[in-house]
Amino acid sequence: MHNKSYFDEMHLSDASVRQVYASYQNWLKTIPAEQLESKRQEAEILFRRVGITFNVYGEDDGVERLIPFDVIPRLVSAKEWSTLSKGAIQRVRALNMFLDDIYHQQEIIRAGIVSEEILKHSQYRPEMFNVDVPQGIYAHIAGIDIVRTSEDQFYVLEDNLRTPSGVSYMIEDRKMMMRLFPELFRRYSIAPVEHYPQVLKNNLRAVAQPGIKDPTVVLLTPGAYNSAYFEHAFLAQQMGVELVEGQDLFVRQNAVYMRTTEGPKRVDVIYRRIDDEFIDPLAFNPDSMLGVPGLFSVYRNGGVTLANAVGTGVADDKSTYIRVPDMIRFYLNEEPILSNVPTYELSKPDDLKYVLAHLSELVVKEVQGSGGYGMLVGPTASKAELDAFKHRILANPSNYIAQPTLSLSTCPTLVEQGIAPRHVDLRPFVLSGDKVSLVPGGLCRVAMKEGSLVVNSSQGGGTKDTWVLQDKTSEHNSLPTHPETGVVTC
Amino acid sequence: MLSRTANHLYWMSRYIERAENIARILDVTENMALVPNAAINEAALWWPALEISGTSDTFNERFKEYNSSNVIHYLAMDRSNPSSIYSTLYSARENARAVRVALTSETWENINALWLEFSQFDADELDMNRLHEFCDWVKSRSHLFRGVSAGTMLQDDAYQFLRLGTFIERADNTARILDVKYHLLLPKEEEVGGGVDYYEWSSILRSVSAFQAYQKIFNDTIQPWNVAELLVLRKDMPRSLHACFFEISRILDSVTRGRHMECKRIAGEIHSSLMYGRMDHIFQNGLHEFLTEFINRNHELGAEIQNTYLNVHAA
Repeated sequence: MHNKSYFDEMHLSDASVRQVYASYQNWLKTIPAEQLESKRQEAEILFRRVGITFNVYGEDDGVERLIPFDVIPRLVSAKEWSTLSKGAIQRVRALNMFLDDIYHQQEIIRAGIVSEEILKHSQYRPEMFNVDVPQGIYAHIAGIDIVRTSEDQFYVLEDNLRTPSGVSYMIEDRKMMMRLFPELFRRYSIAPVEHYPQVLKNNLRAVAQPGIKDPTVVLLTPGAYNSAYFEHAFLAQQMGVELVEGQDLFVRQNAVYMRTTEGPKRVDVIYRRIDDEFIDPLAFNPDSMLGVPGLFSVYRNGGVTLANAVGTGVADDKSTYIRVPDMIRFYLNEEPILSNVPTYELSKPDDLKYVLAHLSELVVKEVQGSGGYGMLVGPTASKAELDAFKHRILANPSNYIAQPTLSLSTCPTLVEQGIAPRHVDLRPFVLSGDKVSLVPGGLCRVAMKEGSLVVNSSQGGGTKDTWVLQDKTSEHNSLPTHPETGVVTC
Repeated sequence: MLSRTANHLYWMSRYIERAENIARILDVTENMALVPNAAINEAALWWPALEISGTSDTFNERFKEYNSSNVIHYLAMDRSNPSSIYSTLYSARENARAVRVALTSETWENINALWLEFSQFDADELDMNRLHEFCDWVKSRSHLFRGVSAGTMLQDDAYQFLRLGTFIERADNTARILDVKYHLLLPKEEEVGGGVDYYEWSSILRSVSAFQAYQKIFNDTIQPWNVAELLVLRKDMPRSLHACFFEISRILDSVTRGRHMECKRIAGEIHSSLMYGRMDHIFQNGLHEFLTEFINRNHELGAEIQNTYLNVHAA
C-alpha cells in the first residue's frame, strides 16, 4: 500500500503510526470510508455555495473550479513547527535585508557573494535604486514553500516574495474542518490560524509613511476574473478594508486617492495583488489596464506604501534562491536553519553538461517560471518530452536550473479508491511589519494524482488543512489571553 | 464608499428586482390563459408580457409566433435576451461577485446559492405546467435576498445604494405592469367592466400581490380607477409608485447628507406629484399618458443617480 521509498507523514516504514498521528489514527479507524466520503461531498457543496472558486488561465471566462479539498489533515508537531517557523522567519529577515541592500549600498555584491550580473536581471528594478521604503521592509508577505523528505529533513523549495497566494485556503480549510469534525478539535489542541488577517492589517498599518495617524489601507485586485479573486475579496473583507481595482484609484499631487460616492479619499497603504509590470502603465507595461497611471512616481516620492514593495522579484527567482543560505550568513551572521534543495545552474557549463546527461533523473525549472508551468519532471517525462525540453534548454541555458527529484513526503489522502498516500508540500506565510511573524499553519498542497509530485492548483493539486499541534505542557502558558496567541515572533 | 462598489450594488438589486417582476408578469399571464375566453387568442394574451418588459422588437427578430412556449422561453430562459430571467439573475450574481466584500457573507452566499439553484431548472422543460413553480421560486428568491440583506447588512451607504436599485426598478416595473391594460385591447363584443375586463384588472392586482389589499381597502367590485389609485397613489401599498418614491426620497436624503443634488430635486418632484396627485386628474389626461411620463422621469432620475454617484470618471 505504501511506497517505501517515500516518507509518510502518518505511517512509519514498519507500518506503525507516527506519534503525532497516534490519536488521529485511533479516531480514523472508527470512521467508515463512506462517512469520510460524505464529509468530502458536504465540504464541496459548502465551498461552492460560499464561492471559494478559482478561474484557470486560458480557460473560458466564467468557468469556476473548486480546488479539491482533502478531509484528512496534515499534522505538524510543536517541535517540528518550532524549527520550520524559526527557519522561515530567518529566511525572510535575510531576504528583506538583501532587498534593502541590493537597492542601496549593494554590499553583498562587493563581498562577492552575489554577482554584479544581478543588476541586469529582468526582475531588478533600477527605478527602485536608493528609494527608501518604510522600515526597510520589501516583502511584507512571503510564502515559503517547504517540502519534507525524511523525519528530520525539510527543504525550502522556493521563496514567494511577489504576490504569494493561498492563505485564504489556510483559513477556509480550517473553518471547514471545524465544521465537519468538531470532535477532533476537542481531542487535539490545535493552534489557531484565524487571526492572520488581523496580523496582516496591523502590519500594513505599521508600514504607512511616518506621521500618518490613521492610515487608510486598501487591497488592489486585478478584478473578479483573476484566478485568486476569491482570496482578494476574502482578505479585504476580513481586514475590513476596501477592495479596489485600478480604475477606482487616481493620482493627484503626489498622493493616491480612491473614487468614492463622497468624493476622493486619500489612500496610504496599498496591499497590491497585481504584479510590478502592471501597477502603473506610465512606469511599466504601457498596455496595462489594471494599474493606476502615476502610481509608481507617487510611490517613489513616499506618497504611498506598496506591499509588497516594487522589485522583490529579484530575490525570489531560482537564480537568487541559490544564494539565500549565504545571505543568511552574510546579513544575520547565523547558520541557515532550513536547507536549500541542491541546485544546478545551467548557466555554468559543468552543471549544464551534468544536467543534460541526467535529464531523466532531474526536475528542470525556468528561472522565472511559476505555477508549475514551463517545468520538466524528468522521471515521469516521456522520451519525446525529454528531447523537446533538451532543445529548449540549449536555446537558452541560463533560463533554467535543475534539481534532483525530491522524494516529497506523502500524507494519507481520500481519493476515489479510498485512503491512499499522496505527495504534499507546505507554504507558511511570513508577515513582516513591526515584527516578523507567522501564524502556525499554512497552505498544505497535495498532488491528487497518484505518483504526481506537482502540487500546484493550476495543475490539479488540492489542499489540506494543516494542524500545528500545541504541546500540552506549553499550552497552559499560551491560552488565548493575548491577542497574538499562537504567533511565533522574533 | 467606492463609486464602483455602489454601482455594482445598485445594479445587483435592480437585476434581482427585474427578475422578480418578469416572473410576476409571466405568472399572471399564465393565469389569464386559464380563464376560458375564446375571444382572446394566444397571441393577444402573451404579447403584452413582451411589451411590458420592452422586448417585443427583439422577440420578433427571433420568433414568428406569439405562442406561450416561445414567450416563456424568451422571457425566462433565453440567454440572448438581456432582460430574460436567466440574464438578469446572471447579471445580478456577476455584480454581487464583483463586490462580495461589500456584502455580508450571508447575502453573498444567498445570491450565489440562487445562481447554483437556477442551473437546476431545465430550459427545455419549462412549459406552462412548470411555469408556476418556477415563477414562485424566482419570487421567493427575491424575497429572500431582501430579507437577508435587510437582516444582516450594516445600514450604511452600501445598503442605501442596494435599496435604491430595488425601488427605482420596482417603480419602473409597476408602472409598466399597470400600463399593460392599455395594450390589452378588449374584444369588441366585451363590455368595459364585464367579465373579461374583471379578470384583466384582477390579474394586474395579483401580479403585484395587491388583490387582497384591494379587497380590504375598497369595498367594491374591481374598478380601474381604484386599481390605479392603489398602484399609483397609495403610500401604504408596497409596490405602488408612491411607496417606491417615498423610499427613494428617504434614501437620497441619506446619501446626499443634506447637500443639494439634482437627483434629489428630480426625486422630490416626482414624489410630490404622487403625494398630492388625484386619480380623477390622472384619468382625465389619460392613465397611459401619465404612466409613460412617469417611466420617462424615473429613467431620467436613474441616469442622474448614475452620473452623480456611480460612474465617477473625472477626478
